[in-house]
Amino acid sequence: MKRIISYTEAILEATEQEMIRDSSVILLGQGVDYDRGLLGTTKGLVNKFGFRRVFDTPLSEDGMTGISIGAALAGLRPIHTHVRMDFLTLTMNQLINIAAKARYMYGGQVNVPLVIRTLIGDGWGAQHSQGLHSLFVNIPGLKIVVPSTPHDAKGLLIQAIRDNNPVIFVEHFKLYAEEGYVPEKPYAIPFGKAVVRKKGTDITLVGISYMNVECLNAAHYLEKVGVSAEVIDPVSLAPLDIDTIIKSVQKTGKLIVADTAWTSCGVSAEIVARVAEYFGARKQISLERIGFAPVPSPNTPALEKYFYPNAESIARTALKMTHGKGAKITFATHKLDKKSGMTEKV
Amino acid sequence: MTKPTSFNKKQAYKLLYRARRSDEMLGEAVKQGHVPLPIHLSIGQEAVSVGACLALKPNDIVFGTYRGHALYIAKGGNLKKMFAELYGKATGSAKGKGGSMHLIDVGAGVMGMSAIVGTGIPNATGYALGMQYQKKRNVVVNFFGDGATEEGAFHESLNFAALKKLPIIYICENNKYAISTHQSIRQSELNIAVRAKSYGIRAKVIQGNDTLAIYQEVKKARDEILKNNSGPIFFECMTYRWRQHLGPNEDFGPGGRDIREAECWIKNDELIRIGKLLPIKTKQKIELVVESEIKKAILFAEKSPYPAKRDLWTDVFAP
Repeated sequence: MKRIISYTEAILEATEQEMIRDSSVILLGQGVDYDRGLLGTTKGLVNKFGFRRVFDTPLSEDGMTGISIGAALAGLRPIHTHVRMDFLTLTMNQLINIAAKARYMYGGQVNVPLVIRTLIGDGWGAQHSQGLHSLFVNIPGLKIVVPSTPHDAKGLLIQAIRDNNPVIFVEHFKLYAEEGYVPEKPYAIPFGKAVVRKKGTDITLVGISYMNVECLNAAHYLEKVGVSAEVIDPVSLAPLDIDTIIKSVQKTGKLIVADTAWTSCGVSAEIVARVAEYFGARKQISLERIGFAPVPSPNTPALEKYFYPNAESIARTALKMTHGKGAKITFATHKLDKKSGMTEKV
Repeated sequence: MTKPTSFNKKQAYKLLYRARRSDEMLGEAVKQGHVPLPIHLSIGQEAVSVGACLALKPNDIVFGTYRGHALYIAKGGNLKKMFAELYGKATGSAKGKGGSMHLIDVGAGVMGMSAIVGTGIPNATGYALGMQYQKKRNVVVNFFGDGATEEGAFHESLNFAALKKLPIIYICENNKYAISTHQSIRQSELNIAVRAKSYGIRAKVIQGNDTLAIYQEVKKARDEILKNNSGPIFFECMTYRWRQHLGPNEDFGPGGRDIREAECWIKNDELIRIGKLLPIKTKQKIELVVESEIKKAILFAEKSPYPAKRDLWTDVFAP
């Protein structure tokens, strides 16, 4: 029987296995050694490895990022955690000016094997919910991964720890409870290989991080109204496997990129641009981006429902693209589909 | 003053002379268009790097700033590679990709220099964390300017280093200026050492751009850190930059600094002071050797190839 564990447990297991395998791996971050262990993802590690390898830090995101980089230069493999991605704004000088550039500006003489674990929230207001991964994708020298399943969370975290470069490992709060098959033995998933989560012929849905779950929900629903959606999980944003996406769009001619972030100058814009550049005048394709509303995140659920993209907004956009703008689409308020939580009449 | 028994005057003069003459020649090369900007010359400030590095062992590590030529030289960085780097050549310390502000020589323990003021302080601190973790019997020495102490990263790093008793010596090279802005326009408290003390770090001001005094203090600090696990030690070394912030010229006069302020520093030139401690023949012999080294380094840089187009794409990621 296949072993089923949660995304949270997968992260914990990957960390523990790598810390056993390699004594140069250390784990630091605010609250990392609490009993509850960063929402469970570091639970018990301090008891197993001690405060020398697992330690809480001062509230100094800038300094501690620089310190992690320095430790990496000295040969350690630090995993530096941030319980909200919003706090990465305080780390950007070190990540962009040092971590991303050290190897290049020193002519290949040094490496920065560093993992930045960070969590996108959802529903905690303006400063506790932002998906800021696109800011880093703009910078050569950084790798950014966005695991959406427990299986990928484990394999990508192990790869991130073993990688000799700075890796930003983006988690999403809503994924923590997701369960799935995760092999017990350590395994590394190479970056830069997108996964086709569901095959389809009419439209391509690319879902980043948690939005992959929403894309699958949307596809599940679209199936019921006769639209076959192909769902692709890019898995890593830098490097980005654009070929798998292009191959799918070659077939479907339609692409939606859904991101758990704003769209302007974002990864969704990048993917759409790369696909558009590839096809040029050779093929008529239609492209859409879906993401946060272009305003700061509101806190009240009354406004949140208009702010975040979801399966419904993805499906609605998909239907417009497959049936034309004139297609009448109405969503009833009652729930037809347990998983995607919506119903539909075309 | 303690007796400078182990102070190697010859080596001190050699390093001071090598740093001074290298920078003078590089300044000329900039004027002639052989070396592209940016360049931040160490001229006038060499004593701090030389004094400190004389007290270090080869496996000790230094982190510096964009004004790092003297530090690179003092810690034993390869001179040919430094000139080639500034000339933008493939044989440079960073294959021409770093330039003057990002000198490195891993073998000599020069672990890099940053152009974003204060940014190197946490990196040096983290390196010390790494060495402590690996139980190495070495120290990190982190050089930065007075301006860097205005950055948050300075305070965050000192707090952490003191908290974890890291094997690091912080050296603030206080030349009083951020470009042309005097410290008194930027800082409410002019004694920088007291900031370190507020984190429980032992700190001292060293006056006079004094190679010997700096050597003695750093030597003592190094022993203290390694023998007694004392944690970080901090020195504020008063010094003075003779040239402009950026470029090969001077910046005295209207819109720049007051020449009267510079006069006493120039009069007390550390290169001349240490030179006077040596017999004239010894001094001249050192000068001849260094002049020849620099000549060779320039020739090496001039004759070296530029990086090829394909080199643009290498070294972004480690394998």
